[in-house]
Amino acid sequence: MLAYTFRRLLSAVPTVFIIVTLTFFMIRLAPGGPFDLERPLDPLIMANLNKAYNLDAPLWSQYLTYLGNLLRGDLGPSFTRRDFSVNDLFATGMPVSILLGSLALSLAVVLGTLLGAFAALRQNTPVDYTIVGLATFGITTPNFVVAPLLSLLFGVVLGWLPAGGWELGNPAFWILPVATLALPQVAVIARLVRGATIEALRSNHVRTARAYGLPTRVVVGVHALRAAMLPAVSYLGPTAAGLLTGSVVVETIFGIPGIGRYFVQGALGRDYTLVMGTVVVIAVFIIIFNLIVDLMYAWLDPRVRFD
Amino acid sequence: MTRHFTQIAAGAAALLLASSALATAQTVLYRGNDTDPATLDQHRTSTVAEANLLRDLYEGLVTTDPGGKLIPAVAESWEISEGGDVYTFHLRPDAKWSNGDPVTSDDFLFTFRRIMDPATAAGYASILFDILNAEAVAGGEMPVEELGVAAPDPQTLVITLRGPTPYFLELLTHQTGKPLHRASVEQFGDDFTKPGNLVSNGAYMLESFTPNDRIVMQKNPNFWDADNVAIDTIHYIPFEDRSACLRRFEAGEVQICSDVPAEQMAYMEENLPDNLRIAPYLGTYYLPVKVEKEKLADPRVRQAISMVIDRDFIADEVWQGTMLPAFSLVPPGIANYVDPAPELDYADMDLLDREDAAIALLEEAGVDPATLQIELSYNSSENHKNTMTAVADMLKNIGITATLNEMEGTGYFNYLREGGDFDIVRAGWIGDYNDPQNFLYLNETGVSFNYPHWSNAEYDSRMKAAAETTDLAARAEILAEAERIFLADLPSIPILYYSSRALVSDRVSGWEDNLLDNHATRWLSLSE
Repeated sequence: MLAYTFRRLLSAVPTVFIIVTLTFFMIRLAPGGPFDLERPLDPLIMANLNKAYNLDAPLWSQYLTYLGNLLRGDLGPSFTRRDFSVNDLFATGMPVSILLGSLALSLAVVLGTLLGAFAALRQNTPVDYTIVGLATFGITTPNFVVAPLLSLLFGVVLGWLPAGGWELGNPAFWILPVATLALPQVAVIARLVRGATIEALRSNHVRTARAYGLPTRVVVGVHALRAAMLPAVSYLGPTAAGLLTGSVVVETIFGIPGIGRYFVQGALGRDYTLVMGTVVVIAVFIIIFNLIVDLMYAWLDPRVRFD
Repeated sequence: MTRHFTQIAAGAAALLLASSALATAQTVLYRGNDTDPATLDQHRTSTVAEANLLRDLYEGLVTTDPGGKLIPAVAESWEISEGGDVYTFHLRPDAKWSNGDPVTSDDFLFTFRRIMDPATAAGYASILFDILNAEAVAGGEMPVEELGVAAPDPQTLVITLRGPTPYFLELLTHQTGKPLHRASVEQFGDDFTKPGNLVSNGAYMLESFTPNDRIVMQKNPNFWDADNVAIDTIHYIPFEDRSACLRRFEAGEVQICSDVPAEQMAYMEENLPDNLRIAPYLGTYYLPVKVEKEKLADPRVRQAISMVIDRDFIADEVWQGTMLPAFSLVPPGIANYVDPAPELDYADMDLLDREDAAIALLEEAGVDPATLQIELSYNSSENHKNTMTAVADMLKNIGITATLNEMEGTGYFNYLREGGDFDIVRAGWIGDYNDPQNFLYLNETGVSFNYPHWSNAEYDSRMKAAAETTDLAARAEILAEAERIFLADLPSIPILYYSSRALVSDRVSGWEDNLLDNHATRWLSLSE
């Protein structure tokens, strides 16, 4: 298992390299540059700026410089937020995104699994229909609708929670964003777990367990659910990476200083280094979580072995 | 040991009580801003959001009062030479930096040299190119010492211009004219803007800056007029999502929104009528026309197009009343201009009559509207799209076929500037300083913002004459003549004036609407 993990991590290096290379050249293909504002700059000043940021060097030389800096863990200066380096931005934004993302993820897993299993055990009863109905609602309602509604209801009308803003140490500011982030994931996981549990309850190994006379609690909790978690787990890999790297919509609507907005802000502002940095971070997260998913598979399903 | 501990605990408790009593006495203002600044280094800023922040942090030689009128600031008084090209400023002796250092003419000398230094790569240096040798210094052709700024003694600053520039004082109210603390900039380099390093001379000083979250400023006890500054702490919060600001305003979490969500104008007019502030602003929204194209070369064709555009509809329906109908390039109420200001002669005509007149004009020009196909290009934005859709519809009323072409924002202005192959596009201009020259120079031959590539010798000569006229009344008349030439030939069609929009809580007093939308926190106070 350890050897496998090591091999996987090693094979991630060329993947990241290819992603970095493709992104580097693709963003340069986009028209315009970081200093193209609505009010164009004097050509003389533009030349000074390009020089200051090494943008006047040939592209291949800029690419090599970037790779060199990346190897040293330096993501470079931000072009559009010039008082910060990309490393600075991630250092302040990451903890926020990871906190919100992991809370939302935990909530989604716990609530989604419970609801899904509950619905499966009461298949084709009103309870089941209600849960499936709610899940469909949760999946189809976009978060840019949910977020302002929650903010309006709990922040403005009822006044129970802050309508927006962020204080790291104050959980009152966490509740609405976490709820918004978790809602669609709860719904997806509930549906996945429900389907898989129904299937698992009919499978041979569960029938055998029942035949042994094991109590339902053990049959469902240990034998059926364990198998039923597999589809949810594979879904969770990329989802977790997405949640932990922040959400543009939730961060914009609630005013949260995470890293989710940097990808869009960076791309729109042609902040080359910021876009590159975000891509690298997201790629690394996806690679890590895919690995975790594969490892969890082996743990959950005795049929899967790597060595 | 135990006794000692109790003593400490008692001391701590007392301290806590004292500090909490202090905390309640503090007035804290939560101010929504348009967005985060690209930087707090004034030489590298360009946006309105940055100007708002820098206005509280720094004080220039001159500034504006709550009504937007120019008043003395660090400079107590000044003299202008007879030729209008040498300004001698006398600095107030009690002007201090937030660390207690006096603000001297040397700080200003340092600042003006730094902004022109090619190594600084200051995006807005061109705004001060009227200073003698500035352009050559910024181009690296002259050393910074050649710049027309001198500091003969700590209280005197002499600025020599390349020619008379009647609007020079207005230029100095821009953030590029705000001083830097030489010692800390030299010590920290590019890091001088970081909280803890930044030394400012305005009413406030920087406490913290968390991207996408907030910028916190504290009252500067060393500010010369600190006794008249009522608000102790400001939290500037960036709101790219204007609706988020509205919600937090209604929840009482912020007291000022620098902008409002246009799609909720009706809601705010009904529910927050006393808080919603709409005021004319120093900006024009206009449609540059590619005059080089044969089908658009005849001014009569451009006038006809302009005539059928229903500005009231666009202002009220598309922009929900956040813009005002425009029939001239220079916005009304600007300083140093004539009254009444020039405008298109069909401004007061009924729309139906205008349509008839437009058809007649096209006939006179020998153009059959049915053969006229025009592409309207715009940069992605719901409002630009709706504006252009409305214009296309209005052109259809007289038989002109107009198609729409949406372009991504970043490359858009590059495309316009570099002579892209467009028919009619949209553009907006927000004045940098309160003077008609700042709008009219857009049409001078060779200026990069002259998107239509229009060139008119008569116009250029008026602009040149205005630049050399120091008598403000005579100059205003010359500038008005220039605008009349522009309006007759109409290379760009002005359709809207910008307005400033804000939400201001009942708790805030001292907020006065003004053309520049300048609202320094030092003029405001907050009630419980």
